[in-house]
Amino acid sequence: MGSRKRAFIGGMKAGVPIALGYFAVSFTFGMMAAQTGLSVFQSALISLTNLTSAGQFAALSIIGAGGSLLELALNQLIINLRYLLMGFSISQKLDRNYPSFHKFFVAFGITDEIYAVCAARPGKNSPYYHYGAMALAIPGWTIGTILGAAAGQILPQIVMSALSVAIYGMFLAVIIPPAKKNHFLIPVILGAMVLGAVFKYVPGLNKVSSGFVIIIITVVVSAVAALIRPIKPEAEAVAADGEASLVTKAEGEEAEHAD
Amino acid sequence: MQISVYLYILVMAVVTYLVRAIPLLLARKEITNTFVRSFLYYMPYACLAAMTFPAILGATTYLISGIVGFIAAIIAAYFERSMITVALIACAAVFVTEQIIRWVM
Repeated sequence: MGSRKRAFIGGMKAGVPIALGYFAVSFTFGMMAAQTGLSVFQSALISLTNLTSAGQFAALSIIGAGGSLLELALNQLIINLRYLLMGFSISQKLDRNYPSFHKFFVAFGITDEIYAVCAARPGKNSPYYHYGAMALAIPGWTIGTILGAAAGQILPQIVMSALSVAIYGMFLAVIIPPAKKNHFLIPVILGAMVLGAVFKYVPGLNKVSSGFVIIIITVVVSAVAALIRPIKPEAEAVAADGEASLVTKAEGEEAEHAD
Repeated sequence: MQISVYLYILVMAVVTYLVRAIPLLLARKEITNTFVRSFLYYMPYACLAAMTFPAILGATTYLISGIVGFIAAIIAAYFERSMITVALIACAAVFVTEQIIRWVM
């Protein structure tokens, strides 16, 4: 009981900056949804049920153009495919002592930002940590959408421009500090950024959709890094029959990652 | 034929949820393969870095304010400020830069 509450409160603390960052982005989304012709309720319903930024923005242009449902489904699949990788990563970080029905709820809250805070934590994550972050992030995302859709252009352009970098600041706050301890992360981060620039500016490559670009870069850079510098397996020996034997080694994980 | 907005919303919500839920539900046991474990360890760094740059440069009204915000965030993150502090410092750097640009122009 106590540990659930502690995990939930820990998640809420991580959720504060996420909710604030979401607010700015979802406000913009609400404004654009209103321009597309959606009602405030419909805009809020999209944010509440989808909880994703890039996918929702992309959907607006398809809905606005009266595109087909198949086109919308494929578009969402491609843009949000990175969640497949993140979900896979989170499945490995989730504390297996909790019943597996929690996965259905944890899955709903997989976003770039919630993934960022959960993946960066030492040890295993309680589902209640996810719930704590979701308890602030989901209202932040939805309320920002409602206000943006209802109010149109309340915030001046200069404020929206400033708020738009909040989310990137959060990402950098997650990836840079560990790179001071593990220097191999520096080429990993720089490599991903350079590839990002290549896909953005090289003619031909800049035709690839941004959702695909993220997936390609993530897979290529992580695979190359894993080949060059594998993380030492401590508990491989006990893994002969997989299933149950690995629950206890969570604590050792961060130490092996530290260098 | 007009497609209902609610049908659009239903389709996007279902697709997005399935993409999130399927890997969680499929990965029943812990992965022991060294390559896969290493891959998953490096993944967040590659993924978040790729999402940050160069997108941050196009997020602001001016390219130069995006660059200033990016550098400010890197410095703040290097000194291990909290997520919210780094985010606010980046926002403030962009805001101040754009005020200066407007004042000069």
